[in-house]
Amino acid sequence: MQGMGPIEKQLRRIWPFASLALILLIIVVVVDASGSILMQRTVAEGLIKLVVVVGIYIFMGNSGVLSFGSIVYMMIGAYATAWMTLLPSLKRFTLPGLPDFLIQAQLDPLPSLILAALLAAAVSFILALAIMRTNPIAISIATFAAMAMGYTIYNNWERVTLGTSSIIGLPMYVDMWVVFYWALVVMAIAYMYQISRLGLALRASREDEVAARAFGVNVYMQRVIAFTLSGFVVGIGGVLHGHFLGILTVNAFWIQLTFITLAMLVVGGQNSLAGAVVGVIVITAVTEIFRQLEKGAEVGSTLIQLPLGVQEIILGVIMLAIMVFRPAGIMGGREIPWPFGPPKPVRGVRSQSLEAGAGKARMGD
Amino acid sequence: MTFVLQIAIDAISLGSMYSLTALGIGLIFGILRLINFAHGDFITIGAYALIVPAAAVVATPFIGTWPAFFLIPAIISIVIVIALMTEFVAFRPLRGANMASLLIASFAVSYVFQHIIILIYTGRPKAVNVGIELAQHIEFVGLRVPAIQLVSIGAAITLLGGLALFLKRTAYGVQMRAAAEDFETARLLGVRANTVIALAFAISGLLAAVVSLIYITQTGVLSFRMSLNLVIIAFISTVIGGMGSLFGAAAGGFLVGVMSTALQTVLPDDYKLTRDAFVFGFVILVLIFRPQGLIVTKAVRERV
Repeated sequence: MQGMGPIEKQLRRIWPFASLALILLIIVVVVDASGSILMQRTVAEGLIKLVVVVGIYIFMGNSGVLSFGSIVYMMIGAYATAWMTLLPSLKRFTLPGLPDFLIQAQLDPLPSLILAALLAAAVSFILALAIMRTNPIAISIATFAAMAMGYTIYNNWERVTLGTSSIIGLPMYVDMWVVFYWALVVMAIAYMYQISRLGLALRASREDEVAARAFGVNVYMQRVIAFTLSGFVVGIGGVLHGHFLGILTVNAFWIQLTFITLAMLVVGGQNSLAGAVVGVIVITAVTEIFRQLEKGAEVGSTLIQLPLGVQEIILGVIMLAIMVFRPAGIMGGREIPWPFGPPKPVRGVRSQSLEAGAGKARMGD
Repeated sequence: MTFVLQIAIDAISLGSMYSLTALGIGLIFGILRLINFAHGDFITIGAYALIVPAAAVVATPFIGTWPAFFLIPAIISIVIVIALMTEFVAFRPLRGANMASLLIASFAVSYVFQHIIILIYTGRPKAVNVGIELAQHIEFVGLRVPAIQLVSIGAAITLLGGLALFLKRTAYGVQMRAAAEDFETARLLGVRANTVIALAFAISGLLAAVVSLIYITQTGVLSFRMSLNLVIIAFISTVIGGMGSLFGAAAGGFLVGVMSTALQTVLPDDYKLTRDAFVFGFVILVLIFRPQGLIVTKAVRERV
């Protein structure tokens, strides 16, 4: 690190976060200036997904263990904030199964958000304590089984969740800017975690579990910590989702959402924060472009219109193609590199994903 | 006594369907470490192939009107072709990718299939009557049982028996078992990857086709997400049985079927709907206390 001032050193250190924040800021400012309400809603929805995807990344990216059931923490967060913010008079009739103190409660957005996310974190912590001792494949399936369990329970717990009907009337304080601020907070949490001692220990176990153990990493404990933090962040995503739409259905938190969020993470590249963010941006953009084309768009003087329903098929094919041509995702496990001066990795940030190459050598035909 | 017998037949017939599906998923998972979500769409496609491809609200049967002698082979061949094409187009280029990429690929395939079905047939559920004669009740050891239950039990026993013979007695069967237990070592010993994997997909297509016929005869309703729950339960069954063990997958399917039926009978009314939550809870317990599944093979051990 010759000839590098302390300021540059600090800048390089926060660059992977700052660059992503900058990209998002540009998107949000441009869309805000465009004045299109529809676009703003699309971006807000995309940013909510970003919060969730970054949450999933905190566990999956750093541990290398596939988490298949993270959406349940989004559901827990969303319903918890509904319990705390709906009008007491409304709750008394629609959700009579709630304990009295929850029926009385009518919290402000911020305390409600934090408490709801803490509940999600608590649930993921308890699950993690139980399952993180087994092998990675069993862990991913157990997270899925837990999600299926949570989904079934919420779907039938009429007195507290209204079951298959919708809860309406959540205060809608969330707009594009609010989600943007929370996205920044969440990305900062994820980045600080991944360059912290804890994050590095977990990343070491991702690359080589046996070696990490030999260096004294308590892999079990590190996975529990990451999974809990991940539950907390995904929970925040759920809260934002609830207060953005103002309406909640259990059905929304199931395979479809699991698929799209996981796809965003894996398509972007699950091993870096940049991968998570880029994945969300790319998939949201592709979806939006084809949705517009389905409505009919003029390119030059010709009107291009896709038949209805083709949009989803194209999206699926594009995701498949990215997986085939870039199995480690678009970012391939790297953060956005420092553009000024020679590439000098900031301590602990760069993590080469060996999976793609090693995998090919392992089973390639 | 009759009550218990009746429940037992319900349980075994549900179990056979789960076990046939679980076997289709377990076969692929054992060899490729691929959780094949598209297996459900193989089942769905098998059922949709019975009717004329059209957006009309009322379904017009096409293959569905053929006599069983032609109908069954036709559906089986269609699904096998679809399964082989899926392997060739989507999964072969991804050979050796990590589990997350494979899972996302199979999700993507499933997504594409579902939307192709919506594009052709629309997303509305459709009624279709196939094998009405099988819905009739017949007298069986003093019980009145829908014939389809006996048929599904019979189909499961035949297929499981046939598959067991194939796996034990033929050269390809032995290669396939070897591949499911330890793919790399099997390849070192001269097992051809492409052949074994294609064969596995063909067999899983065959199993999916049979399940789709049984399923559609029982429910009579087509919908593009009709087999989602079935696949989830079947996947869970392979986990309980022990991943990589084909016998375990089949046994796990039966176990889950029996467990679901038993819970349905035993649980008080308020909790009946949450039956699946208990099944999933049981899965988590199995994963914690016996992560290798109830039936152990070498395949589950971490490959270093």
